[in-house]
Amino acid sequence: MSQLLDVRDLQTQFFTRDGVATAVDGVSFTLNRGEILGLVGESGSGKSVTGFSILGLVDPPGRVTGGQILFDGDDLVRGGEPLLRGLRGKRIAMIFQDPMMTLNPVLRIDTQMIETVQAHAPVSRAEARARAEEALVRVGISSPAERLKSYPHQFSGGMRQRVAIAIALLHKPDLIIADEPTTALDVTIQAQILSEVQALCSQSGTALIWITHDLAVVSGLADRLAVMYAGRIIEEGPTAEVIARPRHPYTRGLIDSVPQGKRHGARLAQIPGMTPSLLNLPEGCKFAPRCPRADAACAVEPRLDPSGPGRAVRCHHPHGDSETRVLS
Amino acid sequence: MIVYLVRRVGQSLLAVMAMAVLVFIGVYFIGNPVDVLINPEATQADILATTERLGLDKPLWQQFGIFLGNALQGDLGTSFVYGRPALDIILERLPATMELALVALFLSVAIGIPLGVWAGLRPESIAGRTIMGGSILGFSLPNFWQGMLLILVFAVLLGWLPAGGRGATTEVLGLQVSFLTWDGLSHLILPAVNLALFKMSLIIRLARANTREVCLQDYVKFARAKGLSPRRVVLVHILKNIMIPVVTIIGLELGSMVAFAIVTETVFAWPGMGKLLIDSINLLDRPVIVAYLMLTVLIIVGINLLVDVIYSLLDPRIRLSEMKG
Repeated sequence: MSQLLDVRDLQTQFFTRDGVATAVDGVSFTLNRGEILGLVGESGSGKSVTGFSILGLVDPPGRVTGGQILFDGDDLVRGGEPLLRGLRGKRIAMIFQDPMMTLNPVLRIDTQMIETVQAHAPVSRAEARARAEEALVRVGISSPAERLKSYPHQFSGGMRQRVAIAIALLHKPDLIIADEPTTALDVTIQAQILSEVQALCSQSGTALIWITHDLAVVSGLADRLAVMYAGRIIEEGPTAEVIARPRHPYTRGLIDSVPQGKRHGARLAQIPGMTPSLLNLPEGCKFAPRCPRADAACAVEPRLDPSGPGRAVRCHHPHGDSETRVLS
Repeated sequence: MIVYLVRRVGQSLLAVMAMAVLVFIGVYFIGNPVDVLINPEATQADILATTERLGLDKPLWQQFGIFLGNALQGDLGTSFVYGRPALDIILERLPATMELALVALFLSVAIGIPLGVWAGLRPESIAGRTIMGGSILGFSLPNFWQGMLLILVFAVLLGWLPAGGRGATTEVLGLQVSFLTWDGLSHLILPAVNLALFKMSLIIRLARANTREVCLQDYVKFARAKGLSPRRVVLVHILKNIMIPVVTIIGLELGSMVAFAIVTETVFAWPGMGKLLIDSINLLDRPVIVAYLMLTVLIIVGINLLVDVIYSLLDPRIRLSEMKG
């Protein structure tokens, strides 16, 4: 598999009235063609901002202040708007969290799909409409010709998200960035959308960055996981490995806080404390104040070091493979 | 849609009816027109005869009944002063006011929306701040003062445009219009700008506020993520969403522009309805005042009805729910 995306030392900052908030700080990861990466973290961990940074869609007062984003060899940070506009929707597509908000309420579905086709392909309206219908069929929407004439409010949430996915698939992109696309949906619809996206990506060889706070959702989907905390990646590795043998105390805490059928009646583990404010981050390891393993060494921020094949962890006191997990 | 329209028309008629009662009673209490109209040396018998001739001796409810009966047949009374049907006198002046109001509305929309959207897209830029600062002046300085300043600068100091009057008119479809000849247009510019300034400021602020709000919506980000040009994002995705509140305001304001061009017409000696109203109030010419107010109500109610229809064309969500309701 060849490399598609190479993010190196990405830094995105927000210049607010109260100070500079570094939402993404030194994030690096790579993604191969057709690979699915799960980007996991709590609210405010910088996972969504990382996604928006790749597409150059960080709204002021925020902007990418450092690092490189190499997409198929081109640096998106240096290339800026002209390069990005050609890629958005064509080679890199995005699906948003709330399907109620992503489609323009006053424009018909056909308008919103045809404009996307015509933004990148010099085709007639009829041809664009045919492609739009095809895309709707692909995401399981029946009688697409009729559906195209509807407005977004005439669709349910799940249907709208399917339309958004259909729009993302229109140009058969190399990469889709999905920002919690199932969070706002019913659980049954969530499962459908998940399996459909997975199938569509493997059919077309599209790489996927699935941003989520929900480990359960991403564990069955992603090839690899990257866990983010306070704007940094604190652990990454193959999904099965990370879930079965988390090394970072935070990852471990996240996994333990997912309810398990086997432990019915037992108290759910939780991570004490709250995510730190980006304007007022602790010195040293950002997780230390909440960490059961923290000691004097944690006053110095650890680096993201390799810890086994394809794995890396940012911790002075990682859990070892031999330690038995609380569950599994 | 038809059920909705019928219901809306019914509501409009109710509003007109309520206004008729209010206007008629209100004018009744302003004063006795006979005192103003009649020769001070007239005898008591003359006064009684005039009062009887004008029908002012009858009780209020009877006067109102007569007025209503006639009004339904399109007769809003005869002017005490001119001795001609009040409606005719007003309608003669209507085209001048309408022309002024429409040109002013066109100016305020054509300039106000682009400036407002611009300021909304770049709220922190110097241009954005300048536009907002200017709009504050636009609606906080008194209208008549702005008018006089316009005359001072463009008519007196620079001498580019005439200070008042209507100038030459051309007949189009039986209506006298000014904007087709240079002379007429030159007379039209200053009063139209004067009338437009306030509404323009209002539209700028409204367009800016809505643009800023719409810009934060996910669907704008999604539109950008689809790779659309910034031009299309602004002109289609943002503009169509901000047009809903803007159209509402435009509709309401057109009514008030027609009805209350009084100040501008007085400052620029524009021969429209507003000036007629001021003259009629001075002479207590009741039928003209009542007819003017009734006509104004009809215009405003009519425009509101029209706005509701346009509104439903712009926003599909309204179309659906109202049609069901």
